[in-house]
Amino acid sequence: MLRDITIGQFFPGDSIIHRLDPRFKIIITIIYIVMLFIGRSFWCLLVGAVFTVMAILLSKIPFKMFLKSVKPLLPFLLITALLNLFLVDSGETLFQWRFLKITEGGLNISVFMMVRIVMLIMGSSLLTYTTSPITLTDAIERLLSPLKKLRFPVHELAMMMSIALRFIPTLIEETDKIMSAQKARGAEIDTGSFMNRARNMIAILIPLFISSFRRADELATAMECRCYNGGEGRTRLRQMHSAARDYIALAVTLLFLAAAIVISILTK
Amino acid sequence: MENIIEIKDLHFSYNNAEDGSGEKPQEVLRGIDLTIGEGEFVAVLGHNGSGKSTLAKHINAILLPTQGSVTVGGIDTTDEERIFELRQCAGMVFQNPDNQIVSSIVEEDVAFGLENMGVPYEEMRKRVDDSLRAVGMYDYRLHSPSQLSGGQKQRVAIAGIIAMQPRCIILDEPTAMLDPQGRREVMATIKQMNREKGITIVLITHYMDEAAQCERVVVMDKGLVVMDDTPRAVFARVDRVKEIGLDVPQATELCWELRRAGVDIPGDIITEEECAEALEKIFG
Repeated sequence: MLRDITIGQFFPGDSIIHRLDPRFKIIITIIYIVMLFIGRSFWCLLVGAVFTVMAILLSKIPFKMFLKSVKPLLPFLLITALLNLFLVDSGETLFQWRFLKITEGGLNISVFMMVRIVMLIMGSSLLTYTTSPITLTDAIERLLSPLKKLRFPVHELAMMMSIALRFIPTLIEETDKIMSAQKARGAEIDTGSFMNRARNMIAILIPLFISSFRRADELATAMECRCYNGGEGRTRLRQMHSAARDYIALAVTLLFLAAAIVISILTK
Repeated sequence: MENIIEIKDLHFSYNNAEDGSGEKPQEVLRGIDLTIGEGEFVAVLGHNGSGKSTLAKHINAILLPTQGSVTVGGIDTTDEERIFELRQCAGMVFQNPDNQIVSSIVEEDVAFGLENMGVPYEEMRKRVDDSLRAVGMYDYRLHSPSQLSGGQKQRVAIAGIIAMQPRCIILDEPTAMLDPQGRREVMATIKQMNREKGITIVLITHYMDEAAQCERVVVMDKGLVVMDDTPRAVFARVDRVKEIGLDVPQATELCWELRRAGVDIPGDIITEEECAEALEKIFG
């Protein structure tokens, strides 16, 4: 059951979106978020929607997967929508029952916010769907590398992140083993009351922690043996080359941003 | 033959004084003298607690001597200035393959040491590909280590060391966690590195049949080197080896028992083939 967990939910592929330089993909995603938050009219969102649909089609990932990405945030979305619907009081009253009142302005904002958040989730899912976590970490390290001058530990953070990613499958396997071992000794993990199960989780967590510490210690020694000395003077096997398509993608994104800005000014 | 590893009167004890327990420091190594020549293939044997892993960690400057000295490729291990040079000269492979693989992609893990050394890209690419081919893992270069078997992971770890072009590789029980298939793969790889690239191998093991495949066997007991000879000479002294708490290869054991039962069979047999041949001569 633990084997089903995937982090980042990367879908390997060879579409144009997959092949974009990950650094550009991150920047484009940031511009996209700005685009969504810049305007206050539905026309602005339409620009974002066209962009999203275009990107999703180019990625060749089934649209179903994007709906799935919204699913876990559905309760949050509904609460936001309901709060906006009932609490915003502006414009014509559409419906009233005792203290509950829905106004035209409330309905507008409620729908607007919903659409905006759904698009935000879909757009950022596109980034993680088309970029493997390790590439993403690497790209973030490179984008943040100017911060090194401010003594921000960019390399160290990226290294920790990539080691964490590396050890996720190993630790999942280990957890499976410990669970089986504890079950064999009569621990109730899947049955019993919630409190009981929570208490029994300790029997899994403690061995897992102890072995993680041991692994960390051995890994540190092994890294030292291979001359690891922090980020200073390191070269990289993974090269990131920006090609013409990356600049085209960036230009298209900026064009959409400009359109959104123009529309938001015109529809003020 | 030039000596690559020179160990002189090495003493080592874990310092227990710091933890306030007041225990007397326990001496793990009690005066080891050992020299290993360039290109040799040496096995270090010893049961648990004999100090063999501690000795290995001294060659790579992970541990520093309490007394005495360790010199590797002309560099003293206490010379902090040259520690990276030393570690490049003597690579180390550990027991647990999972705990020494750093990256989520095989080829990037092999490149890890080179990245640390600051090797330029073109050179690195070539060395990574060559090392992966040398251990027969080139086809798996884009796999994730979690998809590999234990033996394959251990070969990736070896490739990561070979890429750094060391003169010497120390392997600390590299096959202890592997299945028989993985053990065979790893042993074949190690032998090939020694034969084709002339890399000095120090193999720490507790498998007697692996030791029998080496050129020289060093037996350790209670922090001292007690035997140092060819496998044939070491295993011929069955009584002594058993006294230390070790076994001899199964073929040797069989011949030894036969000799005790009065059969006239040579006492220096270490491989199964030799044993079969000798038995055929007598009973065939």
